[in-house]
Amino acid sequence: MKHLLSTADLSRSEAVTILDTAAQMAATQERAVKKLPTLRGRTVVNLFFEDSTRTRISFETAAKRLSADVINFSAKGSSVSKGESLKDTALTLKAMGADAVIIRHQASGAPHTLAHAGWLDAPVINAGDGTHQHPTQALLDAYTMRRHLKGEVRGAADSKGVIGRDLSGLSVVLVGDVLHSRVARANVALLHTLGAQVTLVAPPTLLPVGVDVWPCAVSYDLDAVLREHQPDALMMLRVQRERMSSAGGGFFPSPLEYSRLYGLDQRRLDMLPGHAIVMHPGPMNRGLEISAQAADSPRSVIVEQVANGVAVRMAVLYLLLAGTSGTEGA
Amino acid sequence: MGSDPAVSADAGITRGVLTSAEIDRALTRIAYEILERNKGGAQVVLLGIPTRGVYLADRLARKILAVEPELAPEGLVGRVDITMYRDDLQRGPVRAVGSTQIPVNGVDGKSVVLVDDVLFSGRTVRAALDAITDLGRPHTVQLAALVDRGHRRLPIRPDFVGKNLPTALDERVKVNLAEIDGADSVTISHGGTTEARR
Repeated sequence: MKHLLSTADLSRSEAVTILDTAAQMAATQERAVKKLPTLRGRTVVNLFFEDSTRTRISFETAAKRLSADVINFSAKGSSVSKGESLKDTALTLKAMGADAVIIRHQASGAPHTLAHAGWLDAPVINAGDGTHQHPTQALLDAYTMRRHLKGEVRGAADSKGVIGRDLSGLSVVLVGDVLHSRVARANVALLHTLGAQVTLVAPPTLLPVGVDVWPCAVSYDLDAVLREHQPDALMMLRVQRERMSSAGGGFFPSPLEYSRLYGLDQRRLDMLPGHAIVMHPGPMNRGLEISAQAADSPRSVIVEQVANGVAVRMAVLYLLLAGTSGTEGA
Repeated sequence: MGSDPAVSADAGITRGVLTSAEIDRALTRIAYEILERNKGGAQVVLLGIPTRGVYLADRLARKILAVEPELAPEGLVGRVDITMYRDDLQRGPVRAVGSTQIPVNGVDGKSVVLVDDVLFSGRTVRAALDAITDLGRPHTVQLAALVDRGHRRLPIRPDFVGKNLPTALDERVKVNLAEIDGADSVTISHGGTTEARR
């Protein structure tokens, strides 16, 4: 693994290795001294062309906990706003000696270009590109599911007994704005690789063309899916209103109707099996795709997802940076 | 000591150094030495260094508990993974990170005994000392090794040694333990260069 660009590139064993490493990283974060000397002297660049708070802070925290130096580069107020191309930005980073580049970009495929155009030798980590992929988010979701649903006590957060395991046999339902969601794409590929059964639920207008060839089931009826599948994990996707142009017409008639048909409220929460967990990649639109009751219920692992994100990103940085420098590993 | 030399396919001549009974006697002696040095086991915490140091620490703990049965077993033994503290992480492929388990009462103010199978360059022990610093502040840190084969590259010395084994740099010392290797033995073989490169 030289880069982390898409969860579709990961084999089952690679994905399990990342989750196992993340479990060890999480254990080190319970100590008094959370900092590890592992990546001392390495430089990690956060290259963010699109606004992000939690992902950037999560990556920055992960890199700093491993003693790497972090350079934050956001498009606003940088030479990008003066019209610099991705290539010239990449060549600048290379000249500065970046050992890894974490990139978020509004264009799908930008991380792939950065990794394969020959501008950089450093590993590239995709932190979200357009509506394509967000691999570390999917990995932290899988990590959270494994911790809660594959441990010795089902439904309790416990890392005991999960090392080496995948997600086989779990039923996961993703609800909402699949069309604009890189989180959904990344999750469908990864969860399928790890052996979980994935069902997407969305209004037909919020499903992309070609969803029928994805390795998952698709439904328009949330209540029926909850009743029939009894999902182990229910992931609510954010309705990405900033990507919905008002000129192009609405994707649903009204927020209230969306909330009635696809929102998670107390009634739907009560339909879930006792051990099921509720997830959301954040930031949440309370009252739209998820009610405040559901977001704050004991079933909700949304805050824990954020904490797990640091451990998963530490694992990814470790696995990409700790081996022989300059040449690709396995 | 080794009476039946065996020829292994890739590493040349392999010679036995310690038998199962000799390993057991060495560990029994080390257990008594640990208790003597620390005036009993009340403050002792054994930390095994993966992989084989963990099993050796468990065996030492059982021997110490046999002598002082009033000690709490859950406070006596743990393991410290040193992967993320190594100084050679950027050589060779990525190493899998193992788990660290610290006994219930921690290591603050305790007499920590690091347990490893073979003491060689001392780099592993250096990494373990750094790892312990991040876990707490022990009163003292001591070092127990089943085999000391010499060729130290850092100013580190053991406190408890099962057997001092003079070796050449290109020889390979292998500790086999019943827990993972099927049977107890310590062997030395010529021509293996893997160990010498560490």
